[in-house]
Amino acid sequence: MKITREEVKRVALLARLELSAEEEDRLTEQLDKILQYMETLDGLDTAKVEPLAHAVDVVNAFREDRVTNEPQPEALLANAPDGEKTFLKVPKIIE
Amino acid sequence: MTLHELTIHELGARLKQREISSVELTESVFARIAATDERVGSYVTLCRENALEEARRADAQLKAGDGASPLLGIPIALKDIFLTKNIRTTCCSKILGNFVPPYDGTAVAKLKNAGAVLVGKTNMDEFAMGSSTENSAFAVTRNPWNLERVPGGSSGGSAAAVAADQCIAALGTDTGGSIRQPAACCGIVGLKPTYGRVSRYGVIAFASSLDQVGPMAKDTTDCALLLQAIAGHDPADSTSVPALVPEYAQSLDGKVKGMRLGLPQEYFISGMQPEVEKAVKDAVRQLEKNGTEIVEVSLPHTEYAVAVYYIIATAEASSNLARYDGMKYGFRAPAKDLTETYFKTREEGFGPEVKRRIMLGTYALSAGYYDAYYLKAQKVRALIKRDFDEAFKRCDAIVTPTAPTTAFKIGEKTADPLQMYLSDIFTISVNLAGLPGLSLPCGFDGEGMPIGMQIIGRQFDEATMLKIARVYEQSTQWHKKKPRI
Repeated sequence: MKITREEVKRVALLARLELSAEEEDRLTEQLDKILQYMETLDGLDTAKVEPLAHAVDVVNAFREDRVTNEPQPEALLANAPDGEKTFLKVPKIIE
Repeated sequence: MTLHELTIHELGARLKQREISSVELTESVFARIAATDERVGSYVTLCRENALEEARRADAQLKAGDGASPLLGIPIALKDIFLTKNIRTTCCSKILGNFVPPYDGTAVAKLKNAGAVLVGKTNMDEFAMGSSTENSAFAVTRNPWNLERVPGGSSGGSAAAVAADQCIAALGTDTGGSIRQPAACCGIVGLKPTYGRVSRYGVIAFASSLDQVGPMAKDTTDCALLLQAIAGHDPADSTSVPALVPEYAQSLDGKVKGMRLGLPQEYFISGMQPEVEKAVKDAVRQLEKNGTEIVEVSLPHTEYAVAVYYIIATAEASSNLARYDGMKYGFRAPAKDLTETYFKTREEGFGPEVKRRIMLGTYALSAGYYDAYYLKAQKVRALIKRDFDEAFKRCDAIVTPTAPTTAFKIGEKTADPLQMYLSDIFTISVNLAGLPGLSLPCGFDGEGMPIGMQIIGRQFDEATMLKIARVYEQSTQWHKKKPRI
């Protein structure tokens, strides 16, 4: 086994996903199979290889620290699940 | 031939001559959608009134003699991953089910500036995660060549819409093959540009080091015209590259004599559909007749690409999708407190494949597993890119099949995620190495399903790819075949 049901539960907690018992079963089995497939990489010697994060050479894209967009609170708040005037309304954070 | 069946370049000439109007053309496209989309299911949102308004504006410009842009008055479809101002954009996820963007993404803004008419938003796998469009939270898209088959994915709606003449051309996105594989499945031309060639600003993120925007069209010339319109540096996307954008139409000059095409042995594997192998090898022989020279090349790390991709792409996705927390926009599930809101929102808002990938990515990045999975994958990614660097010392472009099989049956691979992942086996390396790739039709299998050939270019050399594709297209008639629906 590459992954246990306990680990699936732990990862779901990290990812903020509430899984049903049935989902936990299915994901344990499926992720195990996928992770077994990933074992194909183990046989490859990469001790002297530098990791590649980006395939195209990119340099830092600096710009002036200047506001370039118009504030549009109404347009942005139109998509909010809950709000009041120009504020987002979220569940209570500090008890 | 009816108007909706024509290409951008054919229609452009007629619009400029004012033989036809953009309103007539747009009406023709919507009539076609009305007649066929109940069966095909390409679209999730239609913009008929907006489109007719844009068409009237294009006609006024054409009347004034302003016909400089080849896209002026041309009806284009967009994958539902592109932010479109005041038009619902869902990424085919419940979590964005009611999202209406307050701005246009850069590629969309460029199309609008070029005078294109926006037909609607096309179906896709939720958050572009899938190879069959079956992971959409909203609709099933069927392959116009056989309604029991998938259109490929994740840009399956765009591919089906182009193949069924429900638009003149479309845009898709490609993270591991999501433009090229559906293009192959539906018998159209699809191009994934070099990473950084087209701005990703206003494109909903899946895996940021791999995602790229590209055209899906009825032929190579149309792909070149669309790419021209959307390519170029954008200050709003720090990974878009300030490289010169050549005149792509000028590269369609037929001059391929003496060009070297690499044929990688690793892309002709046992287990692939024999008809696919034969069609691609026949196409290579055709290109040889056209004056190119065929050289054997080797890409020895090909067998690791799927594993590397599904670590890197899911890791990036797990991070990108952390933003869907039910606070600022999108779906929020009712719950008793903050923590429960996060958990329930994400549980109800995401579909099974998205959850699976978030889980896989979170696992690969989590303490204790980072080195074994994510870091290892990044190292093998370097080896895969090095393979291409070596191969391109010996050739100008690489030719492979786009997918190991033609379009499979709806439901055939949904129970086995790993089998689904393996349908991207020939397209994934191109994204990992940041290269441009193009798929174009090169035949049909015994059941009448289209077969795609992939041409891979050097970084920022889309022009060579288009040149080769155009020469092949002029020697064959595959791209002119239409499905009967």
